[in-house]
Amino acid sequence: MNKKVLGILLICVSLLSQAQELMSVSEPQMADRLREDGKIYVVISVIGIIFLSLLGFLIYIERKVKRIEEKMK
Amino acid sequence: MKHVYKILSVILILYTLFWGLLNDVPRLDILNETIRNVYYHVPIWFAMLFMMTVSLIFSIRALSQNDPLMDTKAYNASLVGFFFSIPGLLTGSIWAKYTWGTWWTFQDPKLNGVAISILIYLAYFILRFSIDDELKRARISAVYNVFAFVMMNVFIMILPRLTDSLHPGNGGNPAFAKYDMNNDMRMVFYPAVIGWVLFSFWLFELKNRISVLKNKLDE
Repeated sequence: MNKKVLGILLICVSLLSQAQELMSVSEPQMADRLREDGKIYVVISVIGIIFLSLLGFLIYIERKVKRIEEKMK
Repeated sequence: MKHVYKILSVILILYTLFWGLLNDVPRLDILNETIRNVYYHVPIWFAMLFMMTVSLIFSIRALSQNDPLMDTKAYNASLVGFFFSIPGLLTGSIWAKYTWGTWWTFQDPKLNGVAISILIYLAYFILRFSIDDELKRARISAVYNVFAFVMMNVFIMILPRLTDSLHPGNGGNPAFAKYDMNNDMRMVFYPAVIGWVLFSFWLFELKNRISVLKNKLDE
């Protein structure tokens, strides 16, 4: 009888320790530091400048097409 | 007034470029920060699909109206769609390398389907360039384009859902399952889709205007 109780108790302990192991698994790593430093804004401004300059080129081409359209009329 | 959608597309894209990097995303293993690629990689494919749909509509109009200009517009739309598929493939490949561990996997039916679809559209371009007679070219390439669109949908929308796929929303599950994205992400993802779709339409319209000019020169 005592052995049975001891067995169940040990199983419980082992399950508990496993559960604790699961709890202590660290969170997935994210770039929190980059955000805290504010250096993420460096990346954002670089992306923004690239997109805006390509956009400027697109508008330039569109204006050129418009000028040709007016000439062809 | 006709510039409204262009301005809207630029505002939406800029918003998603910025907020896509700043907002909170679910903390997941393996994906980590790369989950933000959803804001950039996926909308590119939506724009590509949108352009191919526009191409289909103009091909049908070319057939029903017997108008070669409609066929030219269909070609322009598929060309813009094609140019959106290239960054789509490249960004997907980079993302796959760091999450699935390989540049390209033949296990995923979506990747292969996309590759086949691109080849189908390349064949469409070759077919179109190989016919000199304008009316004949309009009719034959329009018919081919209708089949190309159907094939593309079979390869990238239907087949990946029938088997297992590494892409979320495939392998039996409908897209946008609640586990793939939370509401914070949707706030960036949907504007990004709309922004890039409008942007692709802008490119399409510009290409059309150049085609009309070229037609006038040829006359």
